Amino acid sequence: MTTTSAPAPSARRRRSKLALRNTLIGWSFILPNFLGFATLTLVPVIVLFYMSLTNWNIFGNAQFVGLQNFIQLSKDGSFRVAFLNTLYYSVMHIPLTIIVSLGLALLLNNKLRGLAFFRTAAFFPYITSIVAIALVWNLLLSPEYGPVNEILRFLGLQNPPGWLTSADWAMPGVVLVSTWRDMGYYMVLFLAGLQTVPRELHEAARVDGANAIERFVNVTLPCLRPTMFFVTVMLTINSFKIFDLILVMTQGGPGQSTLVISQFIYRMGFEQNKFGYASAAAVVLFFLCILVTIGQFLWDKKRSS
Amino acid sequence: MAIDATHTLVTGFSGGRPVRTAGRDSARRVTLRAIGYAALVVAAAAMLLPFFWMVMSSLKPSNEVFTAPIVWIPEVFVWDNYVQIWTDSGIGTWIRNTLVLSIAVTLLQLLTGSFAAYGFARVKFPGRDVLFLAYVGTIAVPWQSYMIPQFIMLSNAKLTNTLWAIILLQAFGAFGVFLMKQFYETVPEELAEAARLDGLSEYGIWRRIMLPLSVPALASLALLTFVNTWNDFLGPLIYLRDKELWTMQLGLRNFVTSLYDVNYGVLFAGLTISVVPIAIIFLLGQRYFVEGIATSGMKG
Repeated sequence: MTTTSAPAPSARRRRSKLALRNTLIGWSFILPNFLGFATLTLVPVIVLFYMSLTNWNIFGNAQFVGLQNFIQLSKDGSFRVAFLNTLYYSVMHIPLTIIVSLGLALLLNNKLRGLAFFRTAAFFPYITSIVAIALVWNLLLSPEYGPVNEILRFLGLQNPPGWLTSADWAMPGVVLVSTWRDMGYYMVLFLAGLQTVPRELHEAARVDGANAIERFVNVTLPCLRPTMFFVTVMLTINSFKIFDLILVMTQGGPGQSTLVISQFIYRMGFEQNKFGYASAAAVVLFFLCILVTIGQFLWDKKRSS
Repeated sequence: MAIDATHTLVTGFSGGRPVRTAGRDSARRVTLRAIGYAALVVAAAAMLLPFFWMVMSSLKPSNEVFTAPIVWIPEVFVWDNYVQIWTDSGIGTWIRNTLVLSIAVTLLQLLTGSFAAYGFARVKFPGRDVLFLAYVGTIAVPWQSYMIPQFIMLSNAKLTNTLWAIILLQAFGAFGVFLMKQFYETVPEELAEAARLDGLSEYGIWRRIMLPLSVPALASLALLTFVNTWNDFLGPLIYLRDKELWTMQLGLRNFVTSLYDVNYGVLFAGLTISVVPIAIIFLLGQRYFVEGIATSGMKG
């Protein structure tokens, strides 16, 4: 192009011209997506922080009230319940899903017959809509006539749990369904991770006399660290923001036994139109997810070095 | 690299070492295998029985859905449930709206996502990496936390209660950019270099070289986006008020809550109709689904 005729002194200018050209080209590629991304994600996130410091409501009045919303939030019994319920759900859902999906992945990694069929079956719940899953499981778990309790009675359980009608069992019921739904997805991630475990390491450990459990702890798990990290981060974020499944299954009930943070935000924002107050709760959810993710990042980094 | 690795995931189960059996070891091995199979059968049953029950219940008269002991297969198939859901609800409208949304969102996501991914993967300019970090960072930000400001902005733009709201909401996600960038980085730079020498512009390289090469990745992204949009419930719940705008998920959900005495046979017929298209798409494109998901997790 024009570059061949340019003399040496202008090399620096040429380079900066090239940089400018690259910047323009780069931005032209990114812009169509970025416009949508910025207006629908970045800007709302920034506006969120401002809103959380105001008493914005349905009438459009917005006065700056400082940390008032957060102070009120800390005294709000419903919010405390929602916060604790979210943690309760996460503490059950995260380990249970990891154990089940890793177990299935290990099984599938063993060259048993019928793998293709099983992988399809395991993935099926994940691609089915939450509404269908929630409605079907609602009926499956119905205490009197639901098939689940019928099977439990058949197995000799005299008083099977009331599941979604009981304040104690509603959350375990939701965890059961969400684990059932998610395990195929995380199983696929673990399977991909297991493919990266070098076979020679297993052979070497076997020669050294390590049994299956020792090999799992000392060979498989360390090699799975990147996958485990990704899975834990995704599972944690997804658990903290759990909403649609609960909305269709229990609507937060019975009482407040399955009320979670996301639903609290929804109720305050879209049902009571207290936008400022709802935003404050949303900020809490935001930081909960971000801080835990950063914490997991740092911990992972420390362990890998 | 990532895609290659997942290829093995999809196809690589067959090639294995010959199993060495040594005396007492083999007996234990057989037992272990048997336990493994038993576990698989139980897990598969747990995963598929709810679906089987749903489909079978859609063919039962309402009063036979709950019976003790459970009737897995009805004696007479009541196909009338499917006629009824069609006439008693707006399911035709719901399907049309859901299709419009899913197709529009998928096309937009593919186009803008792969375009932006090329910029991130192959054009070097200052600020690029920071910008990409902002994209990836938002994957850790739950939509639930900024749905209220987003709603207020869209309602100021008079876009609430229109299908546009859902299209805008879903079409510019960071996930598509991320997935396509992962793929583009596996394409050898020499290909693009050669094309550049032949006088092709960056846009030409994207159009003539990258797009054709990335068909498998585009297929993954298309399937994941389509299914996601088809199944979305929260977006339509918040944005779509008019019955004429309801999607499949919103319609079915409201079908349950709007009736005092739900005819469960009819409800199950509706649910089956909503699940079947996704099931078929999934079975046809299974390979791409698994690859897309495994790739997104590969980075770690």
